[in-house]
Parts: sequence; C-alpha cells; structure tokens
Amino acid sequence: MKKAAKLDKQPPLSLQDISEQKSPHQPDADVWNLRLYVAGQTPRSIAAFANLKRLCEEHLSGRYNIEVVDLIKHPQLAAGDQIVAIPTLVRKLPEPLRKIVGDLRDTERALVGLQLRPATPPD
Amino acid sequence: MKQLTQRDSGVNGSLPKAATGIQGLDEVTGGGFPRGRPTLICGSAGAGKTLLAMEFLVRGATKYDEPGVFMAFEETASDLTENVRSLGFDLETLIEEKRLVVDYVRVERHEIDETGEYDLEGLFIRLACAIDTVGAKRVVLDTIENLFSGLRNEGILRSELRRLFGWLKDRGMTAVITAERGDGTLTRHGLEEYVSDCVILLDHRVVEQTSIRRLRVVKYRGTSHGTNEYPFLIDENGFSLLPITSLGLQHEVSSERFSTGIAALDAMLGGKGFYRGSTILVSGTAGTGKTSLAAYIVDAACGRGERCLYFSFEESPGQLVRNMKSIGLDLKTWVDKGLLEFHSSRPTFHGLEMHLATIHKLVDKIQPTMVVVDPIGSLAEAGNRRDASMMLIRLIDFLKLRGITAFFTNLTSGGEAIEKTDVHVSSLVDAWLLIRDIESGSMRSRAMYVLKSRGMPHSNELRTFLLTNTGFELLESTIASRDIRSETSGEARPRRIHGTKRPARGRGDIAETASPEDIEDVR
Repeated sequence: MKKAAKLDKQPPLSLQDISEQKSPHQPDADVWNLRLYVAGQTPRSIAAFANLKRLCEEHLSGRYNIEVVDLIKHPQLAAGDQIVAIPTLVRKLPEPLRKIVGDLRDTERALVGLQLRPATPPD
Repeated sequence: MKQLTQRDSGVNGSLPKAATGIQGLDEVTGGGFPRGRPTLICGSAGAGKTLLAMEFLVRGATKYDEPGVFMAFEETASDLTENVRSLGFDLETLIEEKRLVVDYVRVERHEIDETGEYDLEGLFIRLACAIDTVGAKRVVLDTIENLFSGLRNEGILRSELRRLFGWLKDRGMTAVITAERGDGTLTRHGLEEYVSDCVILLDHRVVEQTSIRRLRVVKYRGTSHGTNEYPFLIDENGFSLLPITSLGLQHEVSSERFSTGIAALDAMLGGKGFYRGSTILVSGTAGTGKTSLAAYIVDAACGRGERCLYFSFEESPGQLVRNMKSIGLDLKTWVDKGLLEFHSSRPTFHGLEMHLATIHKLVDKIQPTMVVVDPIGSLAEAGNRRDASMMLIRLIDFLKLRGITAFFTNLTSGGEAIEKTDVHVSSLVDAWLLIRDIESGSMRSRAMYVLKSRGMPHSNELRTFLLTNTGFELLESTIASRDIRSETSGEARPRRIHGTKRPARGRGDIAETASPEDIEDVR
C-alpha cells in the first residue's frame, strides 16, 4: 500500500524514444487511465506501445491517458502494481483494475481484456 | 583447469556448501545446500516447504551473516510473518535490520489477460531490486509454480524459469525453490528439470491416524549424501532433523560398572552391576515389578548425583512418584533437585518420529547419564512393530554414541514366549533381565533371572523376590545351592539388602516352587 502511495506522488517517467503521449485531461468521469510497464526500449516494448496507442486512438479517442513506466529506471515501482511480466498494461481507471500482459498484437483480445468489447465464447 | 577445480571444490574436495543452520540437515547434506546454486524443495501441501525455506533464510541472516530475499507467491508478507512467529522467527526485526526482504508476488489469473509476446523481466527486476537492497546471498522462491496458474503461456514460462535459474546462478545466489509435488512426479510442472543440483523431498503422511514427517535428499549432484528418509519435526525452535540412521557401530565403550542399588542384583551381575552406557532390558508379564525395578535403578543413579531422564508411556509423573513411595523410594527429592526428569505421554499422542525427536531434544537439553523408557512395547502402538523396532534401534544407537545407559522395560503379554519382545530388540540389548510370575498353591510370587549380560559373569539363578515397603528383597535361591551349581556361587551372595528381620511368609515354599524345570523353561 505504501508503495502505491509513493507511486502517485512520483510520476513515472516515460520512455525517451517513445513519444510521451498524454491526451488533454478531461474532468468528466469517462477518462481511461492506462499505465504501460516496460523494461528498457526493447522491440517488444516499442511494439506494445504502438499497438496500445493505435487501439486507444481507435476506441477511446480523446479520453485516455497513457503513462509509460520503465522498470529499468524505477525498479521499485514493480511491486506496487504487482508486475511480473513485461510488458504489462494496467487499466487503473475505470475500475476494476485490469491487467493485460504481452505486446498487445492481438487487438481483439486486447479490447476484450480492456473490457471495451464483450468476451466472445472461448474457442 | 586446475584453477577452476580449486575454486569450485570445497575443503573436502566436494562442492562448496552453504550451511542451512537447520539441526540435522547439514549433517545429512554434508554441510548444507550447494553454494551459489538453486536447490529444489518439493513436497505435498502442508509438508513444511515454506517453513524449511524460511528457516534457511533466517538462519542464514542470523547465524552466517548472509542476508536473504524471500519471494512469496502464496502468502502475503504479513501472513508469513505471523505464521513463522510460532517457530520463534522475528521477521519484522530482520526486515528492519535490512537482513531480510520479503516480497509478495501476486498473480491473479482472473484479472490478467494475455495477448502476444511477453517475458518475466518484471520478476527479474523485482528480485534484483530486493537482492540489492540487502546485499542478499540467499534467495527463496516460494512457490514459483504459482506462476503457472496465473499465466497461460507455458512455453514462455518455462523458458523464463530456465533463464531465471541461470540468472540466479550467475549472481552466485544460493537459492531455494519450493514446489508442490505432482502426481507421480516430484513437482507439478516438472521444475526438477531445471533445478537439478540438489533436490529435497518432504513428506507428511498419516499412518494409522498418526502423522509422520520425513525428509529425503533425492539428489545432490557432486556430493555424497545420506539417502534415507529422515524423520523431522517442526516445533517452537523450527525444524529439526534426526539423522540417526547415519550412526554406525563405532561408539566408544565404557568398562565402568554401576550399581543397580540392589546389592543382590549386583551380585547376580558379577558383583558390580551393569556397564555404563549399555542397553538394559527388563521384560516380564504384567505386574511383575518392571517399573519398580526401573525406579530403583534411577533412584540409585540419582543418589550418586547422576541425572536421569524417565520416559513413561503408562503413568503420569505424579502417579509414578506416589506409587514408588510404596516401595520406599522418594523420587520427588530427585525431581526437586533437578536430577530426575519425567516425561509422560501417551504413545499414541504422536508418531514414533515425534517420540524419538522428543527424546533427542530432552537428552540434548538434560544431558542425562541414564534414560529409562517404560515400556518400549507401547511404542508399537504409535506405529507398526517394524517402525517401532527401527526407532528403538535408532534410539539405542543414539544413546550408545553418547555413552548414556539405556534402561527399557517391556511387557510380555500372556501367551507369548517370555524371551521375546514384541518390538524385536532382544538381540540388540546388552543385558536382559526377565521377571516372571511363579504360581504355587494359593501363592503367586515374582522371580528374577538374568537372561543375558554381555561381557560379565552373571548368575544363572532364578531368584524369587518380594516387593516390600522398603524395596526389593531378593530371596536366597535354595534350588541353586541344592541342585545346580550356581555360576556365581563362589562369590559372596548377599541374601537380602533391604532385608527386614521379619521372615517372609511362605518364603521357603516360593523358592521350592522354582524347580529346575522352571529354570530350563526360562532359558
């Protein structure tokens, strides 16, 4: 719990080569707070961010925030959101908290994971 | 090449080891777990994996100045702290002093979705962060297989675990990985494939309603190790393992003799009593005075200022003290002086191993010169007979190695051959006294006989005796002097010690009834 509090106080830095993407904050309730955990600028991290950004633009245009947390720089932040796998996308808002691990290459599954689309019967 | 061997080999030419500090385990493994390598501890639920792993860290931090990291995949840090408090481990202090880190890793499948490629770099980063915080030398991953229930992609998991164990090795971490036992396999997800330097199996089984904990070193690459199943217990001092079967027959023998406190009995044993450190068995049918004899010998030992430990499986200490008063023994004095310690428990109270472990611990604590187990046959109730005799062998070895005299009583049930113990230890004892009933007319009297006594001349007489309010009263053996040559007849044979002047009623009759046939029988 302590670590989570710390996390809020100290805004994590974004990856340098990946452009920091923050859409203008909107005060109304329907804002999506997303946090992407990566470890260094690996091709997988870059792919994950690109996939996430595309997905958000398509489905959440204008009402989302993406924070990118690089655990190489801030290893102590991994415990707060219980990060094990990299990359991990955490949906902080709207609640409940959801996690999606992987590079998000399967947009359909990512949408289901984010609950932007109802789950299809298991194949 | 030469350098490499030198660096990799320990003092004794075997692998360098990291002592666990766990009683008995270091003996079995020849010094501890392989240093700088992962060790796998597997076992079913409730086998004690987490506790063993935790003790490894706690001992490392407190005894060997090697800080540790505990990565918990099952229990939260606060649950763990609570759970191991009962073993006397104060995790909070260790964490405060930066000698231990507990990191709880929670992976909940229902809140995680997977799409595409990933790795476990997050876990690596957390582990590295924890290791650097305290400068850890030891790492525990408990139970890392939980990742398999949280994440779906087994292929990724497997390759990442392989990478993790390699990474731990590269960092020189002495690691302990716990895993749940699978169906017919050591671990549910085949971790033994990756962690193969040292594999330890814990087992917790219930045999006839009694629980038994055992540990076995399944594999230990590059080192010799005990291969047996070793019983262990978990109590307020943590783990303790009993590596007793590793004892051989190399104990030192004493030629010192000690008196039984009954001069007539001493006389039957070549005049000097039993050997110190020997194993003595008294067997007989019910109510023949086995416990009384044990109490007598204990009383004599305490009188010499020796410490005795008395394990009673039938009577409570209070009852024993009261009953022995009736034959003129005041055991309470010795208890008060700290020379005598009773330990009473029902044989079925816990498993044989636990009994053995309790005996071990008390012997270590009290350092007695004599241990009485009254009666040994009861132990068969706590396990099966084979286990009971195995346990007695271990106990005998344990006591012999320390030069402690062992005094066992054994109840012979009616109908059984009197020269037989139901736990098959007769061949292991050094001296064996038989006590039996002799019936004649309306009288039933007790007679004592030395069936064997290794390394000393002993009487071949069947001596009737009385248990009076002043103790044992051995009556003279009229038969022996009349019909058969007594082996010790040349020596002075005191007739009675606590002899009362009062002639025992029907004494002659009783002695008369001990006919030569009876003696033959006993033999």
